[in-house]
Amino acid sequence: MKIDHSQPLEYSTEQNRLNILGFWIFLGAEIMLFATLFTSYFVYEDRIGSGPSGADIFEITPVLIETIILLTSSFTIGLAVHAMRINRTKAMTVFLGITLLLGAAFLATEIYEFNHYYHVGATLQTSGFTGILLTTLGTHGAHVTLGLFWGTMILMQIKKRGLTPQIANKSFIFSLYWHFLDVVWIFIFSFIYLKGMM
Amino acid sequence: MEFFERFAIYHPSPLIYASMVAIGLVSIAIVVGITYFKKWGYLWNEWLTTVDHKKIGIMYIISALLMLFRGGADAIMMRLQTAVPDNSFLDAQHYNEVFTTHGVVMIMFMAMPFIIGLMNFIVPLQIGARDVAFPRLNAISFWLFFFGAMLFNVSFVIGGSPDAGWTNYYPLASNEFSPSVGVNYYNWALQISGIGTLMTGINFIATILKMRAPGMKLMKMPMFTWASLLTNVIIVFAFPVLTIALLMGTFDRQFGTNFFTSMNGGMDMMWANLFWIWGHPEVYILILPAFGIYSEIISTFSERNLYGYKSMVWSMVLISLFSFTVWLHHFFTMGQNAFTNSIFSITTIAIAIPTGIKIFNWLLTMWKGKIRFTVPMLYSIAFIPLFTIGGATGVMLGIASADYQYHNTMFLVAHFHNVIIPGVVFAVLAGFTYWWPKMFGFMLNEKIGKWAFWFLTIGFCLAFFPMYVTGLDGQARRMYTYSEATGFGPLNMLSFFGAGLMAIAFALIVYNVYYSFRHSPRNVGDDPWNARSLEWATHNPVPEYNFAVTPEVKSSQAFWDQKKHGHKLFDKEYEEIHMPNKSGVPFIMGVLFSIFGFSFIFAIWIGVILSAIGIFACMIHRTFEQVHGFHISVKEIKETEEKFGGADK
Repeated sequence: MKIDHSQPLEYSTEQNRLNILGFWIFLGAEIMLFATLFTSYFVYEDRIGSGPSGADIFEITPVLIETIILLTSSFTIGLAVHAMRINRTKAMTVFLGITLLLGAAFLATEIYEFNHYYHVGATLQTSGFTGILLTTLGTHGAHVTLGLFWGTMILMQIKKRGLTPQIANKSFIFSLYWHFLDVVWIFIFSFIYLKGMM
Repeated sequence: MEFFERFAIYHPSPLIYASMVAIGLVSIAIVVGITYFKKWGYLWNEWLTTVDHKKIGIMYIISALLMLFRGGADAIMMRLQTAVPDNSFLDAQHYNEVFTTHGVVMIMFMAMPFIIGLMNFIVPLQIGARDVAFPRLNAISFWLFFFGAMLFNVSFVIGGSPDAGWTNYYPLASNEFSPSVGVNYYNWALQISGIGTLMTGINFIATILKMRAPGMKLMKMPMFTWASLLTNVIIVFAFPVLTIALLMGTFDRQFGTNFFTSMNGGMDMMWANLFWIWGHPEVYILILPAFGIYSEIISTFSERNLYGYKSMVWSMVLISLFSFTVWLHHFFTMGQNAFTNSIFSITTIAIAIPTGIKIFNWLLTMWKGKIRFTVPMLYSIAFIPLFTIGGATGVMLGIASADYQYHNTMFLVAHFHNVIIPGVVFAVLAGFTYWWPKMFGFMLNEKIGKWAFWFLTIGFCLAFFPMYVTGLDGQARRMYTYSEATGFGPLNMLSFFGAGLMAIAFALIVYNVYYSFRHSPRNVGDDPWNARSLEWATHNPVPEYNFAVTPEVKSSQAFWDQKKHGHKLFDKEYEEIHMPNKSGVPFIMGVLFSIFGFSFIFAIWIGVILSAIGIFACMIHRTFEQVHGFHISVKEIKETEEKFGGADK
């Protein structure tokens, strides 16, 4: 395998460069996926039937906690990639580990939030609005969950094999994914929660 | 026993029991046959575990042909049922199931895989690459499509077929009006094969953008590669919409949500919108590669370079963009205001402009050319007038006010078959014949091929042109029968006759494969058609590594440059070639996905959980796996090249 040392590790082989481009295209598809969910959300937003509206059920505290946690985790994954680029394996694993812990904390808060919705009578079945709300949040949450497993696998591989070009490539792609989930969350925060509470 | 009752056929008939027996017998025969000839090892090693784009392409095409016969059988049953008034061959429920599966099978499991199969085989060769960007992912794409298709096909013997049309509109597709598990099958079969298609899209965009031979700038790509690139862009942006729509449908039917209901804030029109936001680009996913195939063939057999290369590319770019802006024309009559309808009417009609440009380009390519009337060229020539008629009736349907007259009549059925059959089916048959020697190293018999062509073309005209008339007279689509007083009888009988001719044509095509396999000479050389683009610069059939040396290209007709202008395509020494390892995991994932889908359809949650764990286990296995591929040595390359008789290449 030809390794180009003038490039950062994650870009250093032909297959690595292909993988990164491929993942950007995949993120394009993900944008369409969430765009469909957001469009549907806007359609169903006021179609609440006999169920509650957004203003009735949204709570600012868990949402703010989730937002702060996820934004911080986006910062720490950035630090992890930076550490990887200056070849500090130890620092990289620490930052990746922190990112995953923050991801888990986000997920825990989101589970609490869903539990709250359940108790105030906003379930998947209640109305068009609650259905699409929980589907959109749930799709994002499922992505975060998948990311937790994926990140853990990468962490195990770094421990086992060190920072090879392949593992650097996986870590970098994981960071793209994680940043993307953060961007989606910003849209969720602005266009679902803030818009709903105003 | 109660557990098994859910698998019973929803609306049985002797015909379904007969096919159940037939499926059982054929499956046993296949297993016994493979065991008897000791081919399990060969099948596993050479096909089921392959990551070679050429073999995957061939498997796509074989599956597509099988599905063509499944969908064709549905078509014949429909034509037979409506051939005479007040017929009782099928009842209303069976007719609903048959037109639903016909539509889904033909679009999702015949036309798309056929196109993707040709794309798989040809695109890497046309750009001078060794494989696609992600060979392993390519295998997963294929197996997800394949098992999605199989899942769909077992529906009519286990639990009942979907019966709400291929468009699956709600509330018709809801539990209330479609109580069988059929629509669940629809949701999961499309979901699983759709994920496979999405991955194909990502794979081919990366391949075409990054893996072209030196010198092949974007505007020097062969036209089929251009068409494939744009198609895959449409796939990546359209399929996620379907993913979400199917998810919402699944939730409605299986978890009691209110997305497409008419109470608690649900909105049934939302399905129609989401479906067609995917569905209209979907028809361009089918037709753009077809345009690419025609461009290659018309240029080759007119012995002229393609007229208006740049306008061909730009018109396809425009069509791709427009394809996302017209979805509403599928339901002009469903209650939008006149202003909204007008906008979508205009965008729809505007698509005729870039398409028209392409038609004129093909005509001007043929102008003063030395036309050779081979089978692929016959299909391409017949395509032009027939597709133009289909396009013109499309413009008629696109006029919103007039659409109130045509909507949901046989006129519409005639229109979309008139664009899909001469557009897509003729194209894949032409491409199949044209690239056959590339795949297998011998030619298909021209004489039988021409008979098939004439049967198909005449059969097509007789089957579908009468529907324009009955449609304008008011015959509704999807009605399982009609009374004698309507006067639709004779024209429907003519349609049935035409469908029969088409069936003969497809039988002839299969016979042609058999006949040519037995009798066709094997020494056709590397350039049997006097072709122009890069895929013909390697041997027939193509060696495992595609090109012994990476070619250097200076135009979209690299091979023609080499033949006529002394351009040196292969001006390098042999070097070791790196190849990807084969793997059985994609196949296993396909099986697991089908178990997942099947269990979900019947709400067997333990199966869902176990197969989901299995799928994740495959992914974990993949991420920890260390595979470095293998190398083909210079000595092996030399031996292979000499065996093919082309040591100079």
